[in-house]
Amino acid sequence: MKYKKLAISTPEGLIFGNALYPVTTRRGLVIGGGSVIPELNFTLPPMSINESTLKAIGGHYKGIVTDAIEHARHLHAPGVIFEFETLLEMTQTPSIGIDLVKIMNEVCEENYIKYGFKSEIRLTPNDLREFDRPPLCRTSKYLDAMWELFDKGSLAGGDLLSIESTGGKEIHDEALMMCDIRTSIFALSVLGVRDMKMLWSNIVAIAKKNNKIAAGDTACGFGNTAMVLAEKQCIPKIFAAIVRIVTAVRTLVAIEEGAVGPDKDCGYEGPFLKAITGTPISMEGKGSACAHFSPLGNVAACCADLWSNESVQNIKLLAGMAPTVYLEQLEYDARLMNQALKRGKPTANMLQQLFAESDQALDPQALILTPKNVITLSEEIVKGENYIDASVRGAKKGLDIIEEAFKSGQLLLPEVEIEWIDLLREALSDIPTDESKFVEEMLPSLEGKFIPSEYGL
Amino acid sequence: MNQNFLERLSECVEFGKINLASPYPPQMKGLPGADEVTKEALEAGVTPTEILNDALINAMNKVGQKFSENKIFVPQMLLSAKAMSASMIHLKPFFANGTVKRRGIFILGTVFGDLHDIGKNLLGMMVEGAGWEVIDLGIDVKIEKFVEKVKEYPDAVVGISALLTTTMVNIQPVIEAIRKVAPQTKIIIGGAPLSAEYAASIGADAYGKNPQEGVSWLDSIAS
Repeated sequence: MKYKKLAISTPEGLIFGNALYPVTTRRGLVIGGGSVIPELNFTLPPMSINESTLKAIGGHYKGIVTDAIEHARHLHAPGVIFEFETLLEMTQTPSIGIDLVKIMNEVCEENYIKYGFKSEIRLTPNDLREFDRPPLCRTSKYLDAMWELFDKGSLAGGDLLSIESTGGKEIHDEALMMCDIRTSIFALSVLGVRDMKMLWSNIVAIAKKNNKIAAGDTACGFGNTAMVLAEKQCIPKIFAAIVRIVTAVRTLVAIEEGAVGPDKDCGYEGPFLKAITGTPISMEGKGSACAHFSPLGNVAACCADLWSNESVQNIKLLAGMAPTVYLEQLEYDARLMNQALKRGKPTANMLQQLFAESDQALDPQALILTPKNVITLSEEIVKGENYIDASVRGAKKGLDIIEEAFKSGQLLLPEVEIEWIDLLREALSDIPTDESKFVEEMLPSLEGKFIPSEYGL
Repeated sequence: MNQNFLERLSECVEFGKINLASPYPPQMKGLPGADEVTKEALEAGVTPTEILNDALINAMNKVGQKFSENKIFVPQMLLSAKAMSASMIHLKPFFANGTVKRRGIFILGTVFGDLHDIGKNLLGMMVEGAGWEVIDLGIDVKIEKFVEKVKEYPDAVVGISALLTTTMVNIQPVIEAIRKVAPQTKIIIGGAPLSAEYAASIGADAYGKNPQEGVSWLDSIAS
């Protein structure tokens, strides 16, 4: 592991709108440079994607960006990032994704020239390798389409490059359902890490070649799947919280490979990345309720540099189209945070504390994301001699934090959750730090579920 | 005597004790599991039908009830399902010769164009635990594959899932194709963007808001 100490080592320093290493986009938006900027995430309403609907799809995306920018200007927003998280067909046939980037970028450029309004597109192609089960992570026929969209899509106007990568997910889904932390750590800290190194060295190379920003990843398919399962009471919230800590170790690899932030908005592991590396992050909180519920509505804002929602369908609401409505909500949140920053550190930290305090007692997943606990956990992660050790250390420390908060009456936990603290601690106790040994121990039970050579094993 | 075997087996399934070697649940460590108890029960003359109905399905119903009341989580339920599977291995010959029958066959898959399957997998495991034979076609399942399986198992019930607004629209042509070859086929759909209204509008028989609802609906049409 590259990082051995924290870039931001105090909870007060881990504040919204300020990163140690801000990122400036080509139209001049400074992310993490002293203010919070909205990042709008959107998707199509129920419809097919095929040759006959492409024109209508182009109309949807143009309309979303046009309306949102118009309203952002009306609200005197300093700028906006549009996250174009492609739908599968748009990566499978890269020309579709590229054309849509062009359409949206034209609107962004027009508003920049006419009004000086700064907006950018974050381009997030799909990880198509999941179409094969088990996936061919390194030799997949789908990689060509993904690289093409990264390359030509960034040239067409996608300034920030991201992906929601899925290496290791083929064994992680079952680990989640069985609350098997050992397999979860193997999936994230061995397979996930190895896959991230391959993917991000390539994405960073494309970004450098095209003078674009290699932004970052998200372990959405791991951590957020756990969160949603916990929200539906399928798995313990404690388990979801511990998985979240482990995802930070995996997603950190993007930055080790040269990504500079902001990581993708649905990566709730972002605060750990910001503490460890000082790069700016994007976070989604209460605005993600359009796509899924979460216990992190306010605490997610504590150290956000971009403030985002989740994929909102482009449907008509009374006020206007749903993405424009969400843009307004994001901008009001960002405005409040920016006003607090203008007042100075004490006010900003007061707001940061209120974000944390309003969520932290109600769910262990919120508890581990408070700035104080993020710093404690990040300190433990960077002590790790390798990714496995970092994951186990983080997970154990997470259990200590949860147990202490519960015992001192500062965390509400249903009775049915309590036994999982000891069960998970026991499962963590015999995970070997040495990767080869861990692989050797895990292979027999995972035979046929993943392809070792696709991870360089 | 028989009652004793059935109670012991029911307990193994309810608490997820798969076999002698399995460490879970801690309070049953070192005791025989569903695997051994089923073998003993059959040797002692307990009928396969009694084992299936009075022990296995009965225990899984209790497990389903506890899950619905948020008293246990999915992993505990899956361990129960695994214990049931360990028992079912001994019943296989009796299924093959028709001595005992499963509750039905359930074909399920994620609609073409969609890769999301964790909810579908969860449903499959729960349905299997409820005594059904499950044929899981996987993800990105083409229309032809659903049709082919329905032709092979004309009495089967079909489950189709989708998670995206742009793939939910792919469910309707699957339903239409299935209805063409087997109009009587019962079909349930599920996934985040779907609803009961949408299910009705595209000709599905039911919508499952969550896996438990799916199992309840299957139980209702099986009885």
